[in-house]
Amino acid sequence: MDFLLGADSSAQKLAVMVVAVLLFVVVMTALLLVSELPKMPRWLVIIAFLGPTVLLILFGLVYPAISTILGSFKSGNQQEWVGIENYTAVFTNPELRTVLLNTALWVVLVPLLSTVFGLIYAVIVDRSPFEKQAKALIFLPMAISMVGAGIIWKFVYDYKPTNRPQTGLMNQLLVWFGFETQQFLLNWPSNTLFLIAVMVWIQSGFAMTILSAAIKAIPDDIIEAAKLDGASQLRMFASVTVPSIRPALVVVLTTISMTTLKVFDIVYSMTGGNFRTSIVANEFYIQSFRTGQRGIGATLAVLLFVIIIPLVIYNIRQMKLSEEQR
Amino acid sequence: MRIPRRMGVVAALAATTLVLSACGGDGGGDGGGDAGGDVDCAAFEQYGDLSGTQVSVYTSIVSPEDQPHIDSYIPFEECTGATVNYEGSRQFEAQLLVRIEAGNAPDVAYVPQPGLIEKIATDFPDAMVPVGEAAESNIDQYYNEAWKLYGSVDGTLYGAPLGANAKSFVWYSPMAFADNGYEIPETWDELLALSDQIAADHPDSKPWCAGIESGDATGWPATDWIEDLVLRVAGPDVYDQWVTHEIPFNDPQILEAMNLADEILRNDDYVNGGLGGVTSIATTSFGDAGLPILDGACFMHRQASFYQANWPEGIDISENGEVFAFYLPGLTADEKPLLGGGEFTVAFSDRPEVAAFQAYLTSPEWANEKAKVSGPGWVTANSELDPANLESPIDQLAYELLTDPNTIFRFDGSDLMPGAVGAGTFWSNMTQWIAEGKDSQAVLDDIEASWP
Amino acid sequence: MTTTNPNPPVPAMKADAKPKKLSKAEQRAIDAKNRLSSPWATAAAIIIAVLWTIPTFGLFVTSFRPAAEIRTSGWWTFFANPAITTENYVDVFTRGTNSFGSAFVNTVVITLPAVMIPITLALLAAYAFAWMEFPGRNALFVAVFALQIVPIQITLIPLLTQYNNWGITGSFWPVWLSHTIFALPLAIFMLHNFMMDIPRSLIEAARVDGAGHVKIFFQVLFPLLVPAIAAFGIYQFLWVWNDLLVGLVFGSSPDVSPLTVRLADLTGTRGSDWHILSAGAFIAMVVPVAVFLGLQRYFVRGMLGGAVKG
Repeated sequence: MDFLLGADSSAQKLAVMVVAVLLFVVVMTALLLVSELPKMPRWLVIIAFLGPTVLLILFGLVYPAISTILGSFKSGNQQEWVGIENYTAVFTNPELRTVLLNTALWVVLVPLLSTVFGLIYAVIVDRSPFEKQAKALIFLPMAISMVGAGIIWKFVYDYKPTNRPQTGLMNQLLVWFGFETQQFLLNWPSNTLFLIAVMVWIQSGFAMTILSAAIKAIPDDIIEAAKLDGASQLRMFASVTVPSIRPALVVVLTTISMTTLKVFDIVYSMTGGNFRTSIVANEFYIQSFRTGQRGIGATLAVLLFVIIIPLVIYNIRQMKLSEEQR
Repeated sequence: MRIPRRMGVVAALAATTLVLSACGGDGGGDGGGDAGGDVDCAAFEQYGDLSGTQVSVYTSIVSPEDQPHIDSYIPFEECTGATVNYEGSRQFEAQLLVRIEAGNAPDVAYVPQPGLIEKIATDFPDAMVPVGEAAESNIDQYYNEAWKLYGSVDGTLYGAPLGANAKSFVWYSPMAFADNGYEIPETWDELLALSDQIAADHPDSKPWCAGIESGDATGWPATDWIEDLVLRVAGPDVYDQWVTHEIPFNDPQILEAMNLADEILRNDDYVNGGLGGVTSIATTSFGDAGLPILDGACFMHRQASFYQANWPEGIDISENGEVFAFYLPGLTADEKPLLGGGEFTVAFSDRPEVAAFQAYLTSPEWANEKAKVSGPGWVTANSELDPANLESPIDQLAYELLTDPNTIFRFDGSDLMPGAVGAGTFWSNMTQWIAEGKDSQAVLDDIEASWP
Repeated sequence: MTTTNPNPPVPAMKADAKPKKLSKAEQRAIDAKNRLSSPWATAAAIIIAVLWTIPTFGLFVTSFRPAAEIRTSGWWTFFANPAITTENYVDVFTRGTNSFGSAFVNTVVITLPAVMIPITLALLAAYAFAWMEFPGRNALFVAVFALQIVPIQITLIPLLTQYNNWGITGSFWPVWLSHTIFALPLAIFMLHNFMMDIPRSLIEAARVDGAGHVKIFFQVLFPLLVPAIAAFGIYQFLWVWNDLLVGLVFGSSPDVSPLTVRLADLTGTRGSDWHILSAGAFIAMVVPVAVFLGLQRYFVRGMLGGAVKG
């Protein structure tokens, strides 16, 4: 059975895959069947449904999270306790403060811009002749890996001096309109905005899809009533469309915020965090793995938790509301 | 993260050059003769019979650049019966520490920075196994003593030297120099005079081009400039004190060296030929930075010997060809300090086959075998290497400098400093120095403040 | 938002306004207006969609241009001066000891279980949170939801240490396990939303008939959830296929490492060689984009059920 741990050939790899899936199916089936036998206590069925999940989450998320929180109070090599030294370092070091500021920019701008754009697009494309195709094109970037997106956009932003043949599209446009070429990824804070544009490019499709469906789900009679009342399109949008899709807006904003906070691929692959473009998720990686400051890295990870806590609380309240409505 | 990138780029051409070596202009090299066939096993008897044993090697060199390494183990495997399992990862530096901590260290790792060896020794005191006797006697016999020093932590030798490279090179086009009647400068002042001359003769071009972008390692080429100049302005002793922090990072002598770099790198009259203004240095990939030499947009590019692999295929790299390199001059013609780098093998397992393998990697047999199976861009400091086995004139020049007993060799300082500086603030501050025009004194002060 | 509407603002409509009975003509007028959004909006929508695609298209064109031309001229000059080569693709596939082919197999082997297992577990857990009564249910659900925020990076070292203790590093098992763990919170959250959509009466009717939870789950809920499962399946598929970090850390051995890791290796060693990068990026993109375009309908439809209700 050695190949289960060290598959070399493609056939072996596929075999391991089948074994793994079968193993999972057999175990889960057994668990569920046993739990449903007549004489079994009631809690057993709850264990069968929830047990594996809870165990995995405890092992894979809770325990590492705790050890990281502890790690944020330890030194760079994690050998000794240093109190809140790492936290003071993060908040006093000007470079790390820029990292925090950038992260704030990302977390505010990406969800906002993606949602606004997605919403506007969902409205204007609604019931137009090419709706399906147009939406597919907007949504396509979601299917591309962030490394791929980084490569695509780094190419768009590519810089050459004004008097040379251009290879980057953005600078070619500048040249055509008679401007000097720019190093888009060099100057802070505009470079962060250009990186944010990439994430908005990816996430808008997601927002658009969800919101478009939510708009279509608004009951026809409400719309007709508004129309008969002679509401302008703008008015309709503000007083009918937006309130009706509020839950969808919340989901979209939350999901994109969380994705944004955790993303490091874009910054990592496009600027490597240079030129003051680093964000917490990227700086975590650099501090933990490149410069060996694991204490600082852990502190940054803890800050990621903290930043996102209000979002989670808001969502939990939304969840409770919809629970009550049920 | 630097060596892997460089090595990567370097060896990328390896495969093609094996095929092309016949038509290259290189005189002495016999190119990649095939490694297999009859191996003379006499030199391997000392290792004994290792049949059935396995040694795992973990490096930062990934496909396809890993092939010459894997091929260089063949004689060892054939003669001793041991099997060497090669594993390369781009995330080597991060992963190695993770694996050591997880108790899953490889038998042997190729460590590109002495600083990392020191870090492992500090953080995981029992993880590394000191270099065995056979390997140590090889090192004493075949290597410049500086190498042994760089592989040691507090007097214990953990790292055995493997590959090497020479960094104090300026790439130029011999043809362009000949056309314009330019001479290769032998002192720093001649270098500046030449720069002025080029600037005056070619208003549409610039004397220099440079680029320090290298992903998350951006800034390292600029640190090489500073190190080269500290070595020249302040001398090797001060350089050693600077690297080990016996003198502060912002010592006045360092500022003096930095000002010399300033005169070239942040001088709009000198840079950045074909690539833009001074700030374009920050966003130009180090691999592309020298290419404007080919179309005459710039004339000189300071970069290590491994840069030869970055020239497009079919470019004649030779003393009278399209591109070649000259030694970055010292202040006077007599001083010839050499900045360089290299990697070390570190063992994490105390088994006879591991010690034997590490010894093999320090032996002349390996050095020559590796040279034969590698394309251009690979050099070692092993004095028993036959230069004829090296394929390119640049490698031969680098090898000559590296093994010359009169050379004052110093290891790349950022590889020796603590990671927070050498792979952190030194890079990032040099990047700001270029990108934002940060004041030189402020750069040095900030790096000094970040020294752990 | 369109600005073409000339209507002046009107008083806010009353929330309780009842729709009047419409004449056929009126109805037709409204339908026509609904169907035909303003031509300006349509034009804008199409233009934006095209602009959105240009960056990807540019890289696609680039991947077929000779390396020397990529370096010296923009991809848009291709149309004036077309020169096509497939050499970039050949290059990507042939360089090195571990071909893109074997990495492709690795990605497939990683992806299938890493999609199936977390979805199954999440379905069961979401069911428990939605339809089972037990103390601490809400608190536990909130906790699971909140765990979405744990950044994957922080789990790397603790997890790797454990996997090593179990002796499974270097195989596919850590990759599958890690993907499963990281997918669970979001999967549970989204599938839970779907579950809440299902009318309580259905479940209660089954319960009155004496069905246990397992039976209800498989016979009543499962068929209704197929769109949701398809949707999240596609989502998780895209996520795993495009993942870099997990593959990098837990699949560092060449026998396991997926396409994205191979691609990242290319970016690293050939930093600005656009001919290699563009071709490599497209090879890694083909399957997820094809899956997405082919199954888009299910994805969108299924995704909505959960998300819209929030």
